[in-house]
Amino acid sequence: MSATLQPNLPHIGEKINYLNADYGWKSWLLTTDHKRIALLYLFSITAFFFVGGAFAVAMRVNLLFPNGLFDNDTYNKLFTMHGIIMVFFFLVPSIPATLGNFLIPMMIGSRDLAFPRINLLSWYIYIVGGIFTMTAVVRGGVDTGWTFYAPFSTTYSNTHVILAAMGVFVSGFSSILTGLNFIVTVHKMRCPGMTWSRLPLFVWGHYATSLIQVLGTPVIAITLVLLALERLLHAGIFDPNLGGDPILFQHLFWFYSHPAVYIMILPGMAVISELVACYSRKRIFGYAFVAFSSLGIAVLSFVVWGHHLFVSGQSMYASIVFSFMSMAVAVPSAIKVFNWTATMYRGSISWDTPMLYAFGFIGLFTIGGLTGLFLATMAIDVHVTDTYFVIAHFHYVMVGGMVMAYMGGLHFWFPKITGRLYPEGWAKFAALVIFVGFNLTFFPQFILGYLGMPRRYATYVEEFHALNVMSTAGASILGLGYLIPMIYLGWAWKNGPVSLQNPWKAKGLEWEQSPTPPPTFNFDRPPIVTEPAYNYSGEQEEVPLG
Amino acid sequence: MGPYSIFPERASAGAGQVDTLYMFLLVVGIGMTALIFGCVFFFAIKYRRKSDSERPKRIDGSLPLEIAWSVGPFLVMLVMFGWGTKLYFENYSPPHKDTLDIYVTGKQWMWKVQYPNGRREINELHVPVGRAVKLILASEDAIHSFFVPAFRLKHDAVPGSYQTYWFEPTKPGRYHIFCAEYCGTNHSRMTGWVTVMDPTEYQTWLAGGSAGGSMAAQGEKLFQQYGCVSCHVTDAQGRCPSLRNVFGHPVVLEDGRTMIADEAYVRESILNPNAKIVKGYHRDVMPVFQGQLGEEDLLKLIVYLKSLSTPVPAAPGRTSP
Repeated sequence: MSATLQPNLPHIGEKINYLNADYGWKSWLLTTDHKRIALLYLFSITAFFFVGGAFAVAMRVNLLFPNGLFDNDTYNKLFTMHGIIMVFFFLVPSIPATLGNFLIPMMIGSRDLAFPRINLLSWYIYIVGGIFTMTAVVRGGVDTGWTFYAPFSTTYSNTHVILAAMGVFVSGFSSILTGLNFIVTVHKMRCPGMTWSRLPLFVWGHYATSLIQVLGTPVIAITLVLLALERLLHAGIFDPNLGGDPILFQHLFWFYSHPAVYIMILPGMAVISELVACYSRKRIFGYAFVAFSSLGIAVLSFVVWGHHLFVSGQSMYASIVFSFMSMAVAVPSAIKVFNWTATMYRGSISWDTPMLYAFGFIGLFTIGGLTGLFLATMAIDVHVTDTYFVIAHFHYVMVGGMVMAYMGGLHFWFPKITGRLYPEGWAKFAALVIFVGFNLTFFPQFILGYLGMPRRYATYVEEFHALNVMSTAGASILGLGYLIPMIYLGWAWKNGPVSLQNPWKAKGLEWEQSPTPPPTFNFDRPPIVTEPAYNYSGEQEEVPLG
Repeated sequence: MGPYSIFPERASAGAGQVDTLYMFLLVVGIGMTALIFGCVFFFAIKYRRKSDSERPKRIDGSLPLEIAWSVGPFLVMLVMFGWGTKLYFENYSPPHKDTLDIYVTGKQWMWKVQYPNGRREINELHVPVGRAVKLILASEDAIHSFFVPAFRLKHDAVPGSYQTYWFEPTKPGRYHIFCAEYCGTNHSRMTGWVTVMDPTEYQTWLAGGSAGGSMAAQGEKLFQQYGCVSCHVTDAQGRCPSLRNVFGHPVVLEDGRTMIADEAYVRESILNPNAKIVKGYHRDVMPVFQGQLGEEDLLKLIVYLKSLSTPVPAAPGRTSP
């Protein structure tokens, strides 16, 4: 062993890294280090996640009883605030703003994002947006549903619609800036040797996400401004009594909000590609197909919005086109699922916690995606749209898919972020609890939906009681499942065993060439890439001459 | 349908067809889920890491496989698309036979139902078995959605327009009506019942409560009350068109377009007469009735105008914009 020949390095205390390089609140609130900003985001979105989750718990408690527990207005505010907070303040920023922010520069061998100060600005904008929306909550809430449908939101609601919409409007700019930053970073900041075909799929997924953020988010901003104009000045855009068209609102809203679904899920897919490769010790099967399917999803995501309007009086012929396009999205999604599964073939598969989340993601996303086909099939959609079937479907994608991926990613890169290991036993237990709780919560909702229980119902008819009780029971398990990681990850951050630089023997610049935890500028010496991504079998790439 | 059934009651001709399609999708969905879960767990167990020194052989991918799992799902998807679209078309094109027209107005938070003979109900709809029924949906305020799970159909009642919803009940009984589009405080209380009755019982029931006269008669009263009668009965003055034989017939507009004077057209022409002017007539002659007339009164006027026209065969196309 060569190690015995080296003299012991003098002990100089803990190595300087981005966490201990500087102390004090200014060093955090004025930082331009993408890793610290990622942590600012991490703590903020976790707070929003638990606020949104608390609303969900209250909803499920209300639905234990057919006649409800709270009055109807309270329930209507609960589901509205749950939706707004979870969608705009948790799901949209979740993976990109935390893991993406932390990892993209490291994965491409850069010291930081292209615009570090804009990165900090985007966090402040997000917080300002959050303050607007939370003010709406504290002052009595909003009751329009997260979809803000006109003319209810413009004319009939007596709650703080404008304040909540302002929050969403403002936070949208944070999303645009993050997307812009990522696009420029991926184009301009790659280190020597990091070609496009060597980019980790995590980066490809975020690149596709960023395109949607930059192109789609302005439309929701415009829509919300029009909504405010209508509500304050009676401009006559959406309210038919003023000469407007309420269906126009739905077109504008979903033109952003359907692509937004892919803003939420593509980063999840990006994480899963990393996890499956590392824990199978294999190059991702069909790398190019997985990479380009992300772009395919991003493009198609802009031409499917009309599937939300099959029963709203949209032209039958428009509906047919939207039905077809919506089904077409299933193809790139299926490509991803098949390729992850094939990656495991003849791999060396570890059952570590992040991989358990990846198993969960693949299975639950498959269910979420397939039930999406049910909704794209028009004759079925007419029956199940606006019922619990839809609720179950998008929670399978958003919670079963996206949140699973987020949890998996958080565990996978936890040593990178903190320099410490989490307790594996507790982590596996929590993953199991979350999986069981999730399915018990949301599977009964598919059945409820087909039986005809509409969504956004504070009260319901007696025959839906048993399934609602099951769902609430599941939700209590799920809620517990999310609390456990909060506790042990918090504990491990201070007290966990110190991690090696690359505890999972993973490939990628962030593990192989950057210390753990990384220094402020990520690398001790300028990184250089000499092999393809996920080169787990250690073979040399054939380098074409010329 | 027992308490453990995953299907609601089937009470219309279309319900069974939707269920069959749903079963097909379920089979595909469960099959695919089983395949993926099966492969994931089979591989996860079979190739479970036994030693930390394992170096699996590199596999880059396979073009034939990629093509197979792109084209395969695409073909299955085409079947879903074709089948689902066909059913949707059938359910949304009006039936060729004569329909029983019933007028339904959504209002926070109730469904008001008017029958042509003048009978009215709230949150109740009575229809005879075996007859094609066409509902004309209107809304007084927010968007509502008329949903009858037993018919596997819902359609939004959109303010400012008429939407149609038709079905053919096949089984007597009482079935839920739900409002499926969130509309405010008592959205979840905006529910009611469809009662599907034997045709002779239905006739008896219908005759039982039309004290105020038929919808057309009530419409005629409004026609006089609002002064429409002074211009629109004869076109002797040449200022306004006579409304005899207008409803359901084509009208030529000043820009040369021809439109069928359907419910939506007539509605707009009452509320905002300047929106579409019939060729040969002038703007700003008729007062604007936007905000003057409730949806239910509008529907009465429309039924009255219908009664002034010789019946036309069920027109293809929809009454909504």
